Amino acid sequence: MATMAQAIRLALHYGEENLGVKEIFGEDVGPPLGGVFTVTQGLKTAWNSPLDERGIIGAAIGLAWAGSRPVAEVQFSDYIFNAIDLLKLAANSTWSSAGRFRTPLVVMTPVGAGIHGSIYHSHSFDSVATKLHGMKVVCPSNPLDAYGLMLAAIKDDDPVLYLKPKALLRVRGEKLIPGEPKDSRALDEMINAPITNRENWKPRWPAVEDYTVPLGRARIAREGADATIVTHGRMVPIALEAAQAVAQSAGSQVEVVDLRSLVPYDWDCLKSSARKTGRVLFLNEETEITNFGEHLLRRTVDELFYELKVRPRLLAAKAVPGIGLSPVLENATVPQKSDVERALHELLSEAA
Amino acid sequence: MATTSQASKAPADPYLKIGKDRLLDIHRLMVRARILEEQLIKMSKSGEGFFWIGGPGEEAFNVPLGLQVLKGSGVSHDYLHLHYRSSALLLAMGAPMIDFIRQMRAAATDPYSHGRNFVNHVNVPEWNVVPMCPTIEVQYSMAIGTAIAQARAGGRGVTIVNGGDAGSAEGDFHTCLVWSNRPVLPLPVLMVVVNNGFGISTPASGQHGEKHIADWTKAFDMPGKTIDGNDPVASYFAISEALDYCRSQRRPYLIEALTSRLYGHSSSSGANRISGEADCIALFEEQLMKRGLAAQEAVDAVWQAARAECQDAYQKSKSEPQPRPEDIWPGMFSSGLPDSYPTKGGS
Ligand SMILES: Cc1ncc(C[n+]2csc(CCOP(=O)(O)OP(=O)(O)O)c2C)c(N)n1
Ligand SMILES: [Mg+2]
Repeated sequence: MATMAQAIRLALHYGEENLGVKEIFGEDVGPPLGGVFTVTQGLKTAWNSPLDERGIIGAAIGLAWAGSRPVAEVQFSDYIFNAIDLLKLAANSTWSSAGRFRTPLVVMTPVGAGIHGSIYHSHSFDSVATKLHGMKVVCPSNPLDAYGLMLAAIKDDDPVLYLKPKALLRVRGEKLIPGEPKDSRALDEMINAPITNRENWKPRWPAVEDYTVPLGRARIAREGADATIVTHGRMVPIALEAAQAVAQSAGSQVEVVDLRSLVPYDWDCLKSSARKTGRVLFLNEETEITNFGEHLLRRTVDELFYELKVRPRLLAAKAVPGIGLSPVLENATVPQKSDVERALHELLSEAA
Repeated sequence: MATTSQASKAPADPYLKIGKDRLLDIHRLMVRARILEEQLIKMSKSGEGFFWIGGPGEEAFNVPLGLQVLKGSGVSHDYLHLHYRSSALLLAMGAPMIDFIRQMRAAATDPYSHGRNFVNHVNVPEWNVVPMCPTIEVQYSMAIGTAIAQARAGGRGVTIVNGGDAGSAEGDFHTCLVWSNRPVLPLPVLMVVVNNGFGISTPASGQHGEKHIADWTKAFDMPGKTIDGNDPVASYFAISEALDYCRSQRRPYLIEALTSRLYGHSSSSGANRISGEADCIALFEEQLMKRGLAAQEAVDAVWQAARAECQDAYQKSKSEPQPRPEDIWPGMFSSGLPDSYPTKGGS
């Protein structure tokens, strides 16, 4: 099975061949490196940009206006903040031009903790990203969704911010991408650049096929009738593990809703799961003050208050300026599996 | 009319090189732009609009630029990344007066933004005039994108980006210089800095140690020129040379145009006529009359016609509707709002 990095690479290759992608760029995105997480290795239209995030986003906007469907990368979301007004511009231009201009671009950027990245390689970006109204925001939790969301993002006529959970980029999936070879070692040999002597290396691309995860559509990652976790990205596998543990220890069945799209989000899916279980936990790794999950929680209270069994909860990161390098600090800041289990026990044990 | 026979003896009068018809076109466009801006200022003072910012004093540079744009849509035509003092350029391209007036009123009929954006914040997809943004200097970062597309495409289309002197302190200006001069892919960009000596109230002289803004080009060994932007003829030729270079060499060029700022920064600073600033139209008319290219009556007629045109547009716009409350939504997403998008603004 492909890793998430390979899945995105395959999607970009599909985009180059079939969807009119002509410019994939960012810092170290082109040869020889192919991206600091190898996401753009071997792609024929990938190129290195100057070290200039504002230029990267600006170039993407201009290219989109000139009819290209660019895919730009900001190397880490920790470094995206100096381009925030340009992202805002990408997001608002259709609206502010009275619909006369469209800005079909994809900006991808690694987000979140989990690789001991310390203060400047661990930021989440959900909350700011979801404030860029007019921008669509997605965040996959597994390689197949990563593939399908990238194709959807490329095809979409609006700007899409594609958040890559960096701790999951090297994790292999459980489902094959349509057209992916069954043997993952064979895939590695076909599309991973050798560590040395890359100059003349060329990938051999498998014939991957069209597969789209529609923007705005969540996925039920695990079914259950007793409680709901609403989450996305890196917290999905953690939620699944915690749900499994709770099933074993308490016999309760927890449903896990993987949002996949933060904007627009799948309110209908969230709503029907919340109605079914009456117990809802919102889980993400963004800090708790002005957290995207807070919005979902507030709307849940507004629209479903009388259908809930107990008060809904938010489990998020501590509101500190950054994530410390020491694993003790990181674990104390960002929700861990044990925190999710504890939150589930509380959610499940409160009397209705 | 002056004859061309003198041209062989003395250095040719640049006025003659442009030709009378073109000169009178330039004059008419400059006057129309001035009248339009004065109307917009009046509206901002009489409560028929909220905020005015615009380009009186930049006509002598902007009209010759607008006339030399390769106008159309797609990469084989020029892309324009403009700032808020570009009305004369847009009139020269053929934009109607009334649309500026509509935007001043924040009317629903404002084609550029449907009452959302300030006056002089224009976009015209059919002419590659990309959306203008009140955020200073961002246009220089976006210009490289359209220019990359044009560098790949070849042809004659270039990207033109303009902005002010104070804005050149922003990183986006540096972005444009660096990206336009990448050895792997130089870009066909005409960078324009209109230097009126101020950013709102702050004189450039106290903030900018560089002798000329055009000197930034030296680091890249790219062509750059500081010109008299109050002189339409000098501007015309400088722009022509620069555009030729960008079109044929597919490389960047920088023009710094020194101009006046005739009504101050914006309505926030009063928008009153500033004394002591050179008026490019008066100077041009003097030159035209001195050369016998225009008589006083003809000049007066141009002003009268522009006033009448502007009055018609103003009167017509008066009865046009304001946007409705539900007009806040269209354009959020290209395919419309999903049904479940939150639209209540809270609980
Ligand atoms: C990024 C940003 N900072 C500040 C402002 C407020 N502002 C509007 S115009 C202006 C001065 C711009 O001066 P200059 O670039 O010389 O252009 P001019 O107005 O003189 O044509 C400022 C500071 C803004 N619009 N955008
Ligand atoms: Mg200025």
